[in-house]
Amino acid sequence: MIELASFGIQYPGAATAVLRQVDLHIDEGELALVAGHTGTGKSTLLRALNGLVPHFTGGHVEGRVRVCGVDTRTTAPRELAHLVGYVGQDPLAGFVTDSVEEELAYGMEQQAVAPRTMRRRIEETLDLLGIAALRDRPLRTLSGGEQQRVAIGAALTLHPQVLVLDEPTSALDPTAAEDALSAVLRLVHDLGLTVVVAEHRLERIVHYADRLVLVHGDGRATSGAPAELLIDSPVAPPVVQLGRLAGWRPLPLSVRDARRSAGPLRTALVGTSVPPVRGVAPDGRLSTPQLRIEVSGLVVRHGGVFALRGVGLTATAGEVVVVMGRNGSGKSSLLWALQGGLDHDGGRVLVDGRDPNRLSRREVRSLVALVPQTAADLLYLDTVRAECRQADLESSVRPGTCRRLLESLLGGGAGGAGGAHGAGSIDDDTHPRDLSEGQRLLLVLAVQIAGAPGVVLLDEPTRGLDYGAKARLCSVVTSLAGQGGTVVIATHDVEFAAAVADRVVVLADGDVVADGPAVEVLVASPTFAPQTAKILGPAPWLTVGQVAAALGVAAALDAELAREPST
Amino acid sequence: MAPEASRPVISRPATWLPRTLHPVAWWLWALALATVASATTNPLLLLLVVAVCAVVVAARRTEAPWALAFRLYVVAGVLVVALRVAFRVVLGSGTGTTVLLELPEVPLPHWVAGITLLGPVTAESLLGGAYDGLRLATMLICVGAANALANPKRLLKALPPALHEVAASVVVALSVFPQLAESVVRVGRARSLRLGGTRRSALRSVVVPVLEDALDRSLLLAASMDARGYGRTGSVSRRTRWGTGALMVGGLLGILVGVYGVLDPTTSPLLRAPMLAAGLVVGLAGLALSGRVVQRSVHAPDRWRAAELLTVASGSVAAAATLLAGAPQLYPSLEPLSWPQLPVVPTAGLLVALLPAVLTPPASSARRPALAAPRVRA
Repeated sequence: MIELASFGIQYPGAATAVLRQVDLHIDEGELALVAGHTGTGKSTLLRALNGLVPHFTGGHVEGRVRVCGVDTRTTAPRELAHLVGYVGQDPLAGFVTDSVEEELAYGMEQQAVAPRTMRRRIEETLDLLGIAALRDRPLRTLSGGEQQRVAIGAALTLHPQVLVLDEPTSALDPTAAEDALSAVLRLVHDLGLTVVVAEHRLERIVHYADRLVLVHGDGRATSGAPAELLIDSPVAPPVVQLGRLAGWRPLPLSVRDARRSAGPLRTALVGTSVPPVRGVAPDGRLSTPQLRIEVSGLVVRHGGVFALRGVGLTATAGEVVVVMGRNGSGKSSLLWALQGGLDHDGGRVLVDGRDPNRLSRREVRSLVALVPQTAADLLYLDTVRAECRQADLESSVRPGTCRRLLESLLGGGAGGAGGAHGAGSIDDDTHPRDLSEGQRLLLVLAVQIAGAPGVVLLDEPTRGLDYGAKARLCSVVTSLAGQGGTVVIATHDVEFAAAVADRVVVLADGDVVADGPAVEVLVASPTFAPQTAKILGPAPWLTVGQVAAALGVAAALDAELAREPST
Repeated sequence: MAPEASRPVISRPATWLPRTLHPVAWWLWALALATVASATTNPLLLLLVVAVCAVVVAARRTEAPWALAFRLYVVAGVLVVALRVAFRVVLGSGTGTTVLLELPEVPLPHWVAGITLLGPVTAESLLGGAYDGLRLATMLICVGAANALANPKRLLKALPPALHEVAASVVVALSVFPQLAESVVRVGRARSLRLGGTRRSALRSVVVPVLEDALDRSLLLAASMDARGYGRTGSVSRRTRWGTGALMVGGLLGILVGVYGVLDPTTSPLLRAPMLAAGLVVGLAGLALSGRVVQRSVHAPDRWRAAELLTVASGSVAAAATLLAGAPQLYPSLEPLSWPQLPVVPTAGLLVALLPAVLTPPASSARRPALAAPRVRA
């Protein structure tokens, strides 16, 4: 079905080839998962399957890509549209029309499908993806999961032989991601469609994959059965890490398989004291923790909708609080209210005893740092150097402070998994847009905390980060808290939450529905429990790191987590 | 009235189920009304035109955002009338004898002779301004009615297939605006987290991320359109494509020369009407040919049916009735002042134009036009 023979691509102006000598064969009806760190060429590989590479991007191509017997070198993507359906990362950015039904019809209109056939296929696709109720809705009003399903549907109406999905869940919350992925699985199992999908959070999909394609970052790509390749792959979901640690063979890929092999490990761990998640014992902090954040009865309204209805929250110095909940449950509103950027309709917000709403922006900056969801919005200068210099001015600190801070965030400075992927040093003259997702996030963080504020707020920081960058962020948060800072993080990412949180607050419809120590809130929850907890429950283990520490193999695991993917 | 469900099915043929009318039908109807307005200054007739527009819009518009803009057009119309009258007061025209208000004339230097500032306000000049303003306002409101009744995107879909590429770019441009507004708000909020130095850098800190965002999105959109078959040529041969292109360009050149010839009386007569006609024929042939070459289809196209024809006919009746009526009643006399009369024939014509309010199928905001084909469910 898909045949890559010594395929290679080098973009114009690039020093090295993104992909080199890639041989790949994907059979009909397979679900192939493409994995690798960010920036290694996953998207390039996917885009080569429908000819967007090189026809849309340009570049020097070697070798051959054949899809359904058609050579993509001589056929433009638009002429391949009926064979290969392609869905990009951000569904909204790819929409051409503005209502669901028109969007589903768009591809068929280009192929001159007869109106009656079009109508019939639209109905079929609506039912297939369970979006019939949305048919007349404007696309912008749909939730992320619904948008992704519509985008998949729009590709499916052409009855393609192959469906290519580039990180279909990277912009979605867990429930929406579940939605989109289950739709894809249904296509694979019920229709026998060949699907090629790239995905960061392997834990969501790897156990369904027939074939894993690992993109290494040095231009190579290897493919094979997931359970075999994952034994020593640079990217691995927690379940696989635990399997490696415990030496389970064949390597379990799903929580179910792992739990069935985990009996001996559970027994071995009985009676072992659970080490703290972040390496700092809770009682090792200040004896009388200083109260940093005090929120009570906070009400925030957007138009007629109440985003927060009487929320209370406290946080002390050195504490990491993770706020979880669905999209629209009020997480971002809470963070913005803490920063003083939001007028509230009731209640009280105190940061270090002062109301951020009554302070000037400069004073707030020295008190609270917020990294918003789309962090790149904060950057507007040409070089990293200029951004850092501007940040020094804004925070009234000595020149060079921000730049030094950035170096320490990037690696070395804060202990733990230094040298993880993407965190290498950054050249002063780099344009911020040329940084990797993880580096850009750290740059924004450095810009925001240049004035050494006591409170750091992170809104969905793990969006688009791979395992390495997440590990890096994890150690940054740990060191911020270790220096007495208070960190509040809004996130959907349960694995990340488990790895950093002291306390977890769950919001639903603007109310606090749970607030307690991370272990209490996370372990028992079916939606928020990390994989380790699901495998080893009901014992309170949250991360693979804890298990490794308890088993005394911390050093080995650290080395594994921190391994450079490209070398 | 009996509830929907208990109605006998026979009383409602499928073509009269709730749907939105062909956008072109509404535009032709509204343009006919605008023609009526342009042909008269009779305030009673003009107000009748506005009333007809308002009634039909109220009866047949959808819930879509553009449908709510009618109110804005009415406000704009009122403003136009008020401005016209205000100008007449300020720049007293001096016509008429019925002085309503004695204002002192502001002496102006001799080099602006011919312009008077203030001065006596006469009923004739005020009314003249009001009539003129009302005519303009009415035409504006007619356009507003068309905008409120016709979905602009479906109007673009109704363009001949040869202009599909143009229509597609307009549609894409239209959908970019809400995105742009959204990203301005988002970046503005993020911006408040950083302190700017000068005002210039403050502007830059918003404009740069917004533009970067817009560029990123347009690249993604272009890739997505490419991947979904936009602009595919399929089996059309290169020769056919060149042929149609040559016809179109040739036709346009012909029209250009023809128009120039018509406007410039010194050119040879051969370059006038014959050239224009030849250009039109060649251009239309190119349009038709390339339309046949374009391999696309339209999902749920709007079709011309009885209701559409009736709408256009009712508008044409109104226009014809006004154009055929005698001039004296259409332009009420200002000197001497007289009370405007409502002329019988144009009034009757305008009442006919009211018919679409009841005789077209009701609009349903959610559903698109129903297709004649049976609904097949998988």
